[in-house]
Amino acid sequence: MEFHVNHPLLFVFAGILIAAVLGQSIYFLVKALRRSKAIGMDQKKIRKTIRTAAVFTVAPAVAIVISVIALSKSLGVPLPWLRLSVVGSLSYETIAAENAVSAMGLTLGKINVLTAQQFVNISLVMTLSILLGIWLVPLIGKRLLNGMHTLENRDAKWADVLNNAMFIGMISAFLGYVFCDISRLWIPSESYSPTSGLIPVCVMVCSAVVMALCGLALKKFNWKWMGDYALPISLVSGMAAAIPITAWLS
Amino acid sequence: MKKNLNYIDSVHRDGRIWNLSVAVLLLLFPIAVAFVFDATPDWHALLMGLIATAPMYWAVGFVETLTFVPMLGAGGSYLSFVTGNISNLKLPCALNALEQNDVSINSEEGEIISTIAIATSSIVTTLIILVGVILIVPLTPVLEAPVLEPAFAQMLPALFGGLGVVFVSKNWKISIAPIILMLALFIFVPALNAGTVGIMVPVGVVFTIAVSRILYKRGVL
Repeated sequence: MEFHVNHPLLFVFAGILIAAVLGQSIYFLVKALRRSKAIGMDQKKIRKTIRTAAVFTVAPAVAIVISVIALSKSLGVPLPWLRLSVVGSLSYETIAAENAVSAMGLTLGKINVLTAQQFVNISLVMTLSILLGIWLVPLIGKRLLNGMHTLENRDAKWADVLNNAMFIGMISAFLGYVFCDISRLWIPSESYSPTSGLIPVCVMVCSAVVMALCGLALKKFNWKWMGDYALPISLVSGMAAAIPITAWLS
Repeated sequence: MKKNLNYIDSVHRDGRIWNLSVAVLLLLFPIAVAFVFDATPDWHALLMGLIATAPMYWAVGFVETLTFVPMLGAGGSYLSFVTGNISNLKLPCALNALEQNDVSINSEEGEIISTIAIATSSIVTTLIILVGVILIVPLTPVLEAPVLEPAFAQMLPALFGGLGVVFVSKNWKISIAPIILMLALFIFVPALNAGTVGIMVPVGVVFTIAVSRILYKRGVL
């Protein structure tokens, strides 16, 4: 059978895998919903959680579609569709594909037609490198969470502080990342404008201000729906603000 | 309410079956392609490609497992580590849901809320990517339009600006030190950028836990 990166069989293989992972999400959703009913949780809150999660997901998911389009130019559609629906991310898959291809003495993006052998090598490198998280959670996840549970029983206040500390630790890393190009202000280069490093900072500030305004509207006018959708509203507002801010500062 | 061990145990049992099955299925993809198209891998190049890629991603995967599992809960972890995009989508989604419902991930309600938010997010993501793949030809010029490019390029600052306001304002005492450290590192260490932010998440987490422990012991919190 003659190979090409968009062969219908590749769509079938990728489709089967994605259907299996979709099945896992549906299975866990149904299991959690049943349990929520069994222990008498407020079903209105559960429905609200589903709605908010779905609305919040739209913008990041569209960003993932853009990554699929970007990768499809060198790898065809089925492999990026699979890799970005299951486990992967644009930066990871690009690095894995580049390493796999350069080990064969080639350069990704400069190959006109991928052979089946090159395709198999790329997908094997991508898969074997990313598998750790999938099997490590079954291996140590229960022990880790039991440790948290024991801590909760021993010192509930510290367990609460520990949880918040983990969230803040993650958020602080991303807040730091927002400032990573600010040194462009004092390190000149012909490849960028000095103020371009301020773009992510301004976008973050816009999003933060919108979130604060949502909080104020919730308190002042008791707009409860505003609280439910504050995160997607601030996310989309920040992304929209990025368009004029980028034009202004780059 | 404390977690009901029977429910959590069943989540772990089902999660193990699902994740290990998906791991096998994922490996079957390249094997099936090799078999159907009669293509033997270039073993030497495969080994070289793996040496260049796997050690870093295994190290990151190991640290991410230790860092993210306690924040995601049981069901959320099994799902997130299969569906990916954890720090830019699944974890913020779960955090937002826990915050709105005012529950802790260490409670059974928190476990359920986190699982529901992450499962919903995974389903919606899969469906949107499916629509994107089906409509890839008409969508490509729209999504790759130069006018929209900055919006998607700045998604992470837009996400963490909003999320930061909520969590930092509620936990400002433990936020000051890690934010100062991360700002200093990202501004003055050129190697730290969009590609390395994932590696800095565990650093931020461990540092914040250490600072919080000191403040807690001194009775500040």
